[in-house]
Parts: sequence; structure tokens; C-alpha cells
Amino acid sequence: MTGAQDDGTVLRVEGLSVSYGAVQALRGASLIARRSEVIGIVGESGCGKSTLASALIGLPAPGARMRGQVEIGGRDIVAAPERARRAMRGAAVAMIFQDPMTSFNPVLTLGQQLTDFQHRSALPRRARRARAAAMLARVGLPDPELALDRHIHELSGGMRQRAAIAAALLMQPQLLVADEPTTALDVTMEAQIIHLLRELRHEHQGAIVVITHHLGVIGELCDRVYVMYAGEIVEEGTTDEIYHDPRHPYTQALIACDPAHIAGTVDRLPTIPDRVPDLDPPPPGCSFAPRCPVAMARCRTDAPPRVTVGPGHAAACHRVTP
Amino acid sequence: MSFAADSRTDGARPRPRGALGRLMSEPMGATGAVLVALFIAVALFAPLIAPYDPLALDIPAKLQGPSLAHPAGTDQLGRDTLSRLIYGARTALAIAMGATGAAGVIGLALGMMAGYGPRWLDGALMLVLDSLASLPMILFALAVITVLGPSATTLVFVIILVSISGYARLVRAQTLGLANAEFIQAERTMGASNLRILFRHLMPNVVGPLLIVLSMDVPVVIMLEAGLSYLNLGIRPPVPSWGNILYDGYSSLRQQPALVIAAGVPLVLSTIGFTFLGEGLRDALDPRLKGGGP
Repeated sequence: MTGAQDDGTVLRVEGLSVSYGAVQALRGASLIARRSEVIGIVGESGCGKSTLASALIGLPAPGARMRGQVEIGGRDIVAAPERARRAMRGAAVAMIFQDPMTSFNPVLTLGQQLTDFQHRSALPRRARRARAAAMLARVGLPDPELALDRHIHELSGGMRQRAAIAAALLMQPQLLVADEPTTALDVTMEAQIIHLLRELRHEHQGAIVVITHHLGVIGELCDRVYVMYAGEIVEEGTTDEIYHDPRHPYTQALIACDPAHIAGTVDRLPTIPDRVPDLDPPPPGCSFAPRCPVAMARCRTDAPPRVTVGPGHAAACHRVTP
Repeated sequence: MSFAADSRTDGARPRPRGALGRLMSEPMGATGAVLVALFIAVALFAPLIAPYDPLALDIPAKLQGPSLAHPAGTDQLGRDTLSRLIYGARTALAIAMGATGAAGVIGLALGMMAGYGPRWLDGALMLVLDSLASLPMILFALAVITVLGPSATTLVFVIILVSISGYARLVRAQTLGLANAEFIQAERTMGASNLRILFRHLMPNVVGPLLIVLSMDVPVVIMLEAGLSYLNLGIRPPVPSWGNILYDGYSSLRQQPALVIAAGVPLVLSTIGFTFLGEGLRDALDPRLKGGGP
């Protein structure tokens, strides 16, 4: 393992496309995550977020075809054979799932699983258990030794997600992918988990990719944001830029629809009319054009260029000017 | 809310942590476990417990009722029924537990292969298993016994062949349901190999239900062995078997009804024992049931 590159890049995704038969679920996605950085991937259901997550850990759904590059610490997980991918999973990249209840084996205790996750470590069993306990203590479980002898259903929701984070961090991966890490939690727990992830980003010498549909989580947690629509990244920028200076009409619509941004009372929450297009095949031109309030004739025929509007801030739209 | 608080607000009685502790904490499971343990002990120590040689003839004392000398009476050849029942436990348990155990292990392996392996393997295995399952058990047993001759080996062979299918299907269904579970996916994201997933994570999940079914099937096999022996198609006399004793009792029902009753008692008790044990295991092996947890 070469480790992170000199400029601190941990994850470099270049022209990543994933298709399920005729459905092109992800088209030409490119993104970068640096050390100690939290990046957010936001978009509505069906925009390809989960497909992107599965590609990042080198575990595409059966029948999926991946093209492009996903380099983690300089090693391409797409080009790697399954054996090498497996060696990277857990060690170079780990994942936190949406529902920690179902992401632990129901018949094994937490301790059995957390020691099992270290199966590549040369440490003796006792030391692995101690590491597991230390990691549980780190993520804020009050009595780790007791928790190690518990089954997952015996923990509360917040504890479960903490345990899941501990599991993902056990092998100190360079890249941590969190797929909707707070969706299954109530608001209080969500705040606690976000707080924990923010703390961890400083200690953890890797990058964190948070995938969510929740703009609030992005705002709280992320340094930079990639906005996805219909399998493409339509805008990228710092969290500030995305919130306060969104350029792509889709990003603007998304933020306008966030209840947190609506002042006063409204009878109906605003929505983006129509729905995400079918992706077999995707529409020609801009995939957002059919729902876009400012679409021109050109938008329906020509693919939009990626327009850079500032350092690190870019949008894929014909309307956007630098 | 702290974890410690969680664990202390469980409710009245804390649930014992180990599976054995949980089994013994329920009256049904405890009864079953004690009865089964008793039968196994009797079978193991038969020579020490039995008051007489089960094969020793004593024609003048034939067909006696229960007495101090012969607590369960004697049969038509004057053999001590209690001793024969004790040795019969050996036959019954060896055949029933051996056959279901072997069938369970084979069924577990085949079921996990079918459920987790590639689709063609699943198809091929299920074709064979479905063909086996389509054989009517008794008729198939009779046919094999006719060809191979009645013996304990034949009996075990038939029982294994007939019961593999059911166990393999059970395990396959469980494995299929779990193969795409999120925690298995989570294992994969942690870089677990297929073997690790199969043995460390799938097997503990499917073994529980299998054990329950196995335990409940032991009395079925005991009954089958007794039935076939009763028909003179199972264990050959003079080897003591509960079925043989039952047959002897039936032949002398007019003269001495005690013999039939004596042969029926261990059959009933072992059936109750293994069934209760199965019921108890059902609760004890599933850590999600009852106790603990929010």
C-alpha cells in the first residue's frame, strides 16, 4: 500500500460509470477526497448515490458493469481483481451502513464480530478484543467491556450506530464511506452521531465520504459537497458555496425545497415538479432539462459542459457562466 | 441514556446469558433436557444399570407381571423386561441420534452449498434432493430392506437418505434469506472471504433452526425404528429393541398386558423428552427472543 499521495488525496474517482444492463445508473462521475476531509454526496432517491457507494468499496451489485477509476490511496479498486479488492475492503476502505441493526450479525456478540473484523491483523485474540474495547470507548460507549458481550439487539439505536462506526474504524481505513449514517436515527441521536463523526475526522487520518439526501447533515458535517442528479455529478463546491451560491438549477431547486431554508409558514412545501428520468437510456442533453425552469432548446440536445465558477466550484449547465 | 442503564432496566428476571442456561431456565426445555440426558446416560451405562443379562433365558419365569425381582416383568422367554428396555435404549438412541446427526450434518453442508453457491449448483442439488424427497419414506424403507436385508446399518442408511432432503431444504431456505442480508454485505465490505462468511457468519444463523428440527425428528426415527422392528424389518431378535419388545408384548397381550405397557413407556418418554428439548432449544438458541434489549 502506497498510502495517501503527497497532495493528501485519499480518494480519486475519475470518469466512473456503472450500468445495470441498459440502465446507466452512474455516468462519468469524478470526485476527490483529501486526508481529514469530509465530503458529502447529496441527491434525491434514485440519483445513483448508492451505486456510487457500492463502487467506492468495490462491491458492485451482481450484474453491474463498472468503468473508470476509483483510486484509494493510489490503488484502483475498479481495475483490481476480486482478490485484491477484498484485501482493500476493511483495510483501505470501510463502510457505515444506514441501519446498524441489520448490519451486525444477530447471533454473534459485538465482541465476537469486532474481533472477527480484525481477521487480517496478526494480533492475538486478547489484543484484538482489547482494541475493539478501546475503539468502542473512543466512539463513546460508556461500558465497552459489557457491550462486547452483548448482541446487537441489546443495544439502543444510538449505541448501535456508534458500534458500527467503531467497526468501520477498527482497521484504520484511509477512506470511510457512510451511507445515510443518520437516517435511521432520531434527531437527538443524529446530532450526537454527527458530533462524533466531526471529532473523528480530525483524529482519523483518512477521508470520510457521507452519502445522504439530508441537506442538514451535509451542512453540519461536510467540507465539500457533490450534488448528484440522475447518475451524474451536476455541481461541486465547498459547503458554503453550495448553500449560499448554488449555480446549477437543480441545486438551487434542491436548496429551495429544504424546509430549513423556508422562512415563515407556507401552506405547501415547495417541490421540484415531475420526477427523475428513466436511465435506460438517459435523455440526450442535460438530464435535468425536462424539469428545469430555465431550460433552453440546446439543453435538450447537447450535454452541458462542466463550467468552473471558482476554485473547486463547478457546475454542469449551459446556463452557468464563469 | 447510557448503556449501563439500558442493561439494568431489563425488567424482572435477567435472562441467563448462555444458551444452556436459557434452556434450563424454562420448565419445558429443562424437562426435555433432563429426560434426554437420562436416556443417554441409561444407554451409555446399560451394562452397569441393567439388573440382568437382556438375553438370559429363564423359561420357568416367563410372562411374569411386575415384581421386586423383575420390576417390569418378564417376556415369553423369561427375559427380564427392564434389562431389555435399558439395552433397547442403546439401540434406539444409537440409531436415531446417529442417523439424524449424520443426516443433519450432510443436510447442513448441502443446504449451505445450494443456498450460497452459484445458481447451477443450487439447481443441480435441489434436483437430486427433490427426487429423494419424492420417495415415500415407508415404501422406500421397505424396498431397501427387502434388497439389503433387515439390519441396523440398513435402517440407518435408509433414514439418512430419506431425511437429508428436508434438512438441506431448511438450511438452503435460511441461507438464501441471509445471503443478501445487510450484515453479510457488511462482512463483505470488511473484506471477509466467502469461507469466512459461510462458516463464521451464516452457519451460526442456520444451525439453530436445524438443531430444533433435528431434536424433534429423533423421536420420529425412534418410532420408525420401533415400527420397523415391530414388523420384523428392523433390528433382528434377539437384540433388544423397543420395537421388538413391543412385538413380543403384542404376541402375549392376552397372557401378560404389562409387557406392552412397559415397552410403551420409554417410547412415550423419549418422544416427550426430545420434543420438549426441541421446543426449549427454539427459545434458547435465538438470542433475539425475550430478555434484554430496548
